[in-house]
Amino acid sequence: MEDRNDTIIRVEHVSKLYGPNRTEAVRMMEAGATKDEVYQKLGCTVALWDVNLEIPRGKIFVIIGLSGSGKSTMVRCFNRLNRPSAGRVLFEEADLAAMDKTALLEFRRNKISMVFQSFGLMSHRDVLGNAAYGLEVKNEGSMRSYLGGMFGKKKRVEREKREQKAKEVLAMVGLSGWEHQSCAQLSGGMRQRVGIARALANDPEVLLMDEPFSALDPLVRRDMQFELLQIQRKLQKTVIFITHDIDEAFKLGDMVAIMRDGKVVQVDTPEEMSANPADDYVREFTGSADKSKVLTVGNIMITPSSLVRITEGPAYAIKEMRKNALSTVYVVDHQLRLKGILTIQDAIRAWNEGLTIETVVKTEVQTTTPDVLVADIMPAAAEAMYPIAVVEDDGRLQGIVTKASVLASLI
Amino acid sequence: MDWLFSFPNVLKIDTNAIDSAVRAFAVSAEGVLDAISGGLGGLVGSIGWLLKHIPWPVLVLLVVLLSWQARKNVRSGILYGILFALIGAIGLWDMMIVTLSIVLASVLIALLIGLPIGILISGSDRANGIVRPILDTMQTMPVFVYLIPALLLFGMGNASAVIATVIYAIVPVIRLTSLGIRQVDKEVVEAAKAFGSTRGQLLFKVQIPQALPTIMTGVNQTLMMAMAMVVTCSMIGARGLGMEVLEAVNRIQIGRGLVAGASVVILAVILDRMTQGWFSGDEPESTKREKAGRAR
Repeated sequence: MEDRNDTIIRVEHVSKLYGPNRTEAVRMMEAGATKDEVYQKLGCTVALWDVNLEIPRGKIFVIIGLSGSGKSTMVRCFNRLNRPSAGRVLFEEADLAAMDKTALLEFRRNKISMVFQSFGLMSHRDVLGNAAYGLEVKNEGSMRSYLGGMFGKKKRVEREKREQKAKEVLAMVGLSGWEHQSCAQLSGGMRQRVGIARALANDPEVLLMDEPFSALDPLVRRDMQFELLQIQRKLQKTVIFITHDIDEAFKLGDMVAIMRDGKVVQVDTPEEMSANPADDYVREFTGSADKSKVLTVGNIMITPSSLVRITEGPAYAIKEMRKNALSTVYVVDHQLRLKGILTIQDAIRAWNEGLTIETVVKTEVQTTTPDVLVADIMPAAAEAMYPIAVVEDDGRLQGIVTKASVLASLI
Repeated sequence: MDWLFSFPNVLKIDTNAIDSAVRAFAVSAEGVLDAISGGLGGLVGSIGWLLKHIPWPVLVLLVVLLSWQARKNVRSGILYGILFALIGAIGLWDMMIVTLSIVLASVLIALLIGLPIGILISGSDRANGIVRPILDTMQTMPVFVYLIPALLLFGMGNASAVIATVIYAIVPVIRLTSLGIRQVDKEVVEAAKAFGSTRGQLLFKVQIPQALPTIMTGVNQTLMMAMAMVVTCSMIGARGLGMEVLEAVNRIQIGRGLVAGASVVILAVILDRMTQGWFSGDEPESTKREKAGRAR
């Protein structure tokens, strides 16, 4: 068994050009011309330019970009529906371009499958026939070696087996009982479920999804996103997901690659991309996302300007608060584990009455952990009288979140 | 200034040379040509033999059933059955059988040649570039221009009639097969490829089934054009209803010509209705509602 975090597909310096004067276009691009300049001068479309990607196994990898950014061209390079003009696409370190006809068929039949934007269903087949299509071409391809198997009992057994498998995947996407309906009678969401079932039936390692939910209405889309996440977590398939919707990308993606004019601008986790956009384009793109659903507390917490150890005296605490113009301060032990919060009133009272900090500290403190989404703590932050403490599982204080920092993160 | 108004006939084509070349070819290739004409004559003959040995009530019933199924309507089935029986009732049954066998033989050959060519040019732009001008020529060339050479090469009779009919009627099935396959949704074709279909699987499991309504329209059009050649072909010796019309016209027997002509029309209408509606998506509302009811 291979390491679960390894790379399943590697894209190395892939470019794809359409039209005339391609060699000339490559020279212009290398000299730093833009895609538009090349098209106007030479009539050559640069769909992809020097793309490098590493797709991690078992994760959802989202490629996002506006139309014309090359994302659909890119996704078709993964199963060689498109051949790159230059560069290599490696599946488990095997170069796709080097595959002969048979190897390519085997690769498409067993390793990789695809879900399409307008579903790509075959209207002359019923739901079951569509879901079983991949298995059918695989069966018949492998049976060609002995012609006797094309007919009779063997064929019937194979047919029953693949219909059984197709029924299982249809049940997984919630289409039990719809097997013998014609696809034309299904709603958009149900059609795409058939598309997903068809793609899962072959038990592939990689699922390519080319804007699968773009043609669906928003409510159905949300359900489908949720179901995709569930299926992915259950089956641990590698998913390469194309979208132009930043919310969808951040919701689904373990990793997100953002494309513009045929180039990859940034590859990062949604949190990193949101927190540290590589350039203005990414900032603008991610700016349209609902940030509170992307950013975690860990991204927005600040380091407290002052901390008081529980063993210190109240006089020190008062001095610290006065120095930093604070009315409260967090109290920790020697391992930086959170003990509670000390207000200036309590500190003064302790000093007057000669008490220790330990006796006056408020231990009922609102806490949270760094990986909680900002959206989830927003109500609490709005109500809280004091900053919320961010603590690790072992109780160590990581930072604090104030009302101001929550609000600032949304801008 | 006269030369400006009379076009100079600079290029003189020796049409006599073409004549003698064709004649010489007819003589030298006699064996092959005889074999072809014998084969075609045999095909027409055997279809005719088959049709003659089916009792007429069975044929009428067959028309009723097929048009009922095609139109999804009992009443039109009965209507077409009555019309069909009418041809026999006015005494033209045997001639109709002869005409039908020539038409069926021509359509069979047209499909055997036309469907593969249509598939070929749907997949290759180069083949398309070569075949299209030929199809345009076949459609615009006056029929009589190849009626005479056919007569010369294959002699009077059914064989020449079949060849002339095939040339005239093959074009729609080629064009519409190619068009149908080219119009299959690009994503559906991509999906078939993405799941590892071979070219054969793509063609037979996806492209042809998806294109079937258009292909069937082509088949229907080819059949109709073959029917349109019935009278023309009687000039080169094809017997049947066409011959009846031709003889009546030659003798200026208007009533006889009208009756035979009407029989041709009836046969054409029946063949047209029976070959339409099998694969087209537009079902009558009643079946649609029934299916929707099951879905709920």
